[in-house]
Amino acid sequence: MLLTAACQREKRDLRPAPTRLAVLGTAARESLLQPGGAQAPLEPVNPAEGNAYSISEGQRLFNAYNCSGCHSHGGGGIGPPLIKDVWTYGNDPANLFDTIVKGRPNGMPSWGGRLPEYQIWQIVTYIRSLNKLEPKSATPTRSDSIEQNPHTLTPVPEPKLQ
Amino acid sequence: MSAVLTEIPRETKTADRDALSRVWRPRPGFTGWLSVTTHQQIGLRYIKTAFFFLLLGGVEALLMRLQLAFPNNTLLGPFRYNQIFTMHGTTMMFLFAVPMMEGVGVCLVPLMVGTRNVAFPRLNAFGYWMYLMGGIFFYSGVFTGSVTAAGWFAYTPLSGPQYSVGKGVDYWAQMITFTEISALCVAVELIVTILRMRAPGMSLNRLPLFCWSMLVQSAMIIFAMPAIVMASNFFLLNDRTIGTHLANPAEGGDPILYQHIFWFFGHPEVYIIFLPALGMVSMILEANTRRGIFGYPAVVLSLVGNGFVAFGLWVHHMFATGLPQLGEAYFTAASMMIAITSGVQIFCWIATIWTGRLRMTAAMHFVFGFLFIFVLGGMTGVMLASIPLDLQAHDTYFVVAHFHYVLIGGALFPLFGAFHHWFSKFTGRMIDERLGRISFWILFVGFNLTFFPMHLAGVNGMPRRVYTYPPEMGWQTDNLLSSIGALMIAIGGAVFIANALKSLRAGRVADADPWDSSTLEWAVPSPPPAWNFDNLPVVSSRYPLWIDPEERACVVGMRDDRREVLTTTVLDAAPHHRYVLPASSIWPFLTAVGLTIGLICAVFAFSGYWLASLLGLIGFIGWFWPPRHVEVEP
Amino acid sequence: MNAFPLLLVSQSALEPGGTNASRILTLGEGMVFLLGIIFVAVMIMAVIPLMRRHRGIEQEPLERTHQPSEATERKLAIVVGSAAGATVVILLGLVAVSVVVGKSISTAGMPSHALTIEVTGNQWWWNVRYMNDDASKIIVTANELHIPVGRPVVIRGMSNDVIHSFWIPGLQGKRDLIPSRVNTEWIQADRPGNFRGQCAEFCGLQHAHMAMWVVAEPEDKFDAWFAHQGQDAVPPATEELQRGQQVFLNSACILCHHIQGTEAAGQVAPDLTHFGSRMTIAAGTLQNNKGNLAGWIADPQGIKPGTKMATVPVKSEDMQPLIDYLESLQ
Repeated sequence: MLLTAACQREKRDLRPAPTRLAVLGTAARESLLQPGGAQAPLEPVNPAEGNAYSISEGQRLFNAYNCSGCHSHGGGGIGPPLIKDVWTYGNDPANLFDTIVKGRPNGMPSWGGRLPEYQIWQIVTYIRSLNKLEPKSATPTRSDSIEQNPHTLTPVPEPKLQ
Repeated sequence: MSAVLTEIPRETKTADRDALSRVWRPRPGFTGWLSVTTHQQIGLRYIKTAFFFLLLGGVEALLMRLQLAFPNNTLLGPFRYNQIFTMHGTTMMFLFAVPMMEGVGVCLVPLMVGTRNVAFPRLNAFGYWMYLMGGIFFYSGVFTGSVTAAGWFAYTPLSGPQYSVGKGVDYWAQMITFTEISALCVAVELIVTILRMRAPGMSLNRLPLFCWSMLVQSAMIIFAMPAIVMASNFFLLNDRTIGTHLANPAEGGDPILYQHIFWFFGHPEVYIIFLPALGMVSMILEANTRRGIFGYPAVVLSLVGNGFVAFGLWVHHMFATGLPQLGEAYFTAASMMIAITSGVQIFCWIATIWTGRLRMTAAMHFVFGFLFIFVLGGMTGVMLASIPLDLQAHDTYFVVAHFHYVLIGGALFPLFGAFHHWFSKFTGRMIDERLGRISFWILFVGFNLTFFPMHLAGVNGMPRRVYTYPPEMGWQTDNLLSSIGALMIAIGGAVFIANALKSLRAGRVADADPWDSSTLEWAVPSPPPAWNFDNLPVVSSRYPLWIDPEERACVVGMRDDRREVLTTTVLDAAPHHRYVLPASSIWPFLTAVGLTIGLICAVFAFSGYWLASLLGLIGFIGWFWPPRHVEVEP
Repeated sequence: MNAFPLLLVSQSALEPGGTNASRILTLGEGMVFLLGIIFVAVMIMAVIPLMRRHRGIEQEPLERTHQPSEATERKLAIVVGSAAGATVVILLGLVAVSVVVGKSISTAGMPSHALTIEVTGNQWWWNVRYMNDDASKIIVTANELHIPVGRPVVIRGMSNDVIHSFWIPGLQGKRDLIPSRVNTEWIQADRPGNFRGQCAEFCGLQHAHMAMWVVAEPEDKFDAWFAHQGQDAVPPATEELQRGQQVFLNSACILCHHIQGTEAAGQVAPDLTHFGSRMTIAAGTLQNNKGNLAGWIADPQGIKPGTKMATVPVKSEDMQPLIDYLESLQ
């Protein structure tokens, strides 16, 4: 069991296959009623769950796609904080996926159609890791705001040309 | 072979062999195997374990060479290749080279200085168990995918938490803790053994050159190893696990600081590997030229000088980082000056060969191979010390060629020679000389075929640590030759192993001194009994065994009902007092197990260090629990 | 622009085209010569005793005494001492020569410059900015530098993530690009030509595919290129190209890439304003032509596994217009 958790953490999937969501376009159903009798509910599995590489990619994309422009590094600003106990639209991976893909009222843009699906899952898993919902051994140890990125790098003054 | 008498005549024997064998015998069974504290057993364990890691590192090297044999090859993807070259470097540097030298030192030094065991036998055992467990822990990452891909030197920020994900680098950093503890243990005990437990009359100017090299090497370990523990644990592991910012430039940290600390260790590390090899070469030459090494004081001073100057070179690994020019120029000067200390020894050896009466054993073949390869590597080293040349050659295959020349030529070939030379002493059988020479030639040709073309690939622009290269660069011939050479090295290694196994089983039975050597280890039977000498020898010359046997003296009056040795003074080796060594003990093993558990937990949670301290404390309590009666006699 | 042959590319320090690389090569040749002679001499000294042995020359009967005569030892002492002394002198000489040459290739030895280029290493591509005191005139490109022949160029090196190293063997030694530091070196081409360089500090998965090209051209050609680079991207001329631009602007591409004169203003990936005029794609990995570009966009992980470029799903009917548009950005 320890071994499978470690394998899940350490694997690197550079070309994740699209999930069935690519066809359905949504991850979380809003109603449990279904025609034709009860069927096994669609439970989309987060392919990046517990995976260290995906979480670090999520961290990179969070900055690259400027999520931090509205959400800062999880603390919120123009947008709501992403480190919290009460989530309006839920913090299951499927719910977070839908939030990013469909957008939400009052300002959350819809990223579906722009971002490739596998990257959305990486960002989802990263947000979950901010809330300590991912294994500690796969989570980055530094908060985003103090992590090195081009905007936090202030080069030392250039030495005089000797 | 000569008919020199190597045993004290029976009439003057004062020690009872049966009593000695009772006292020095290991405890029976599996617990006995875990409790061994005799230096030969532990030294041989070091050697066997290190050899196993050499084979692992060799397989990794072969995989790399197979990937690079053709441009745009798809045998290994980038991640896998990066992992493999990291493992190759790490295994060879931390898990093979230093422990192998330690093992040879632990085996030979007590015999050469004329005593029964190292100064701290339980520490010796503890060091071995830490090394073994560290190696197993590091490789256990292969089964969980936690394998570092950041290079054996793990530069930050690439190895930091942001760019190296998962636990691989953490395993690497903690493995270093294990191996450094092990190296420090051996260093401490060898220094004390060499300085305080020599045979009476073996003043420092009569100390065999191998013991001098181990003395200097051990002192270097004590100053260099803490730096790597700082770099890997305090710096890197803490950045990765508990959120320090030592290498995070966004918060005021500095990646260059990591490089300084790492290379402050890293450069002396290669001399730590290299110095015992110099000592081995001296001993092999002494025995096979029938004369003492020319210029003993010069060689000793060169060894000591090497040890000092090696600490002043580290920035030559950082010439491209943009440090101030004047400072870098100092390191150019120092890096070239160390060629003098190595050069003086080489001149002395050539003088010895020139005036000696040569016997070309297989070991001597390896010594001549060492001379060729190491001197060539030294020449490219002088080139690399020059900043303009280094700025072109740094981080290319030119450097790869250089350090393989000096490491394989300077350390591995002497190790092969030492193996052929001392094989009879530790196994009681003569190694097959003809197979030894054949394996030498295959290894020598294969080695040069592998690494010489790398000089050309490097100056033609091929950088290091690339998993593939485009066909239009013109590097494929050099790479293909290197890969073919690597296969040759593998074949040579296989012949060597076959030779060792065959000779173990069916070699000619060896007497105590087949080479007419000069040093004390050849005075005992092959293989030596656990207590080494029946009667501790007294020496009156630099070459004890070249003195007429009638004129040789020994110590009488030592007790043979307990593990007793004689301690002597530092400079003149006058007898000082008798010292009782501890018997077999399981506590070194248990303490090592406790520390291992704690250190592994520490990779995942910082509180693991508390666990390690607690378990270590329990282990040390058991270890140091006073024995029932303690006698101290003047 | 894309029609140069990739038959045999030189990235060799032995074929310098620049001032500094030539100085380094001269020093290198001298040292190889001198050290080669020393090496051969030492080897001969080591091997002669073997030959003598084979010719059966009697040596002192050492089996008994194990000690050569006093006279022999004295002679040896003189020889070894002289050899050691000669070594010291030679090495000191080499140190002095190295320091002198080192000074001449460092920024201390640089003639007054007119062109400053800021190179920023990223995983695994190079951001290139031609500096200007007027910020609106700074020219941004990626993975390819053009420099005028005969004029010194200052390279200010920085990094956005890990340590990289800027190295064009035909022109100059390497300089590490370290995050939070600016490392400066100067290059100068002595003849026109294309010089390939590669990242020379292990920087992760695709360190092997982080190459760059320096194109040295005569002043007038350079000035023309420079002027053109400062302009906005070529607007799409035909309907097909307009469609391609629409595909670009409606995909994830604009989140990372920048095309001057359009809404695409991403900052974290190579600037594509004049992408069609560059020689290679993906930092020297592929020749820049339509087939390679289609392959790169369709499956970047297949060509450069681990690359940060997203695998953006592009519909098959959109691919041709898209690559036509990108190649039109001359």
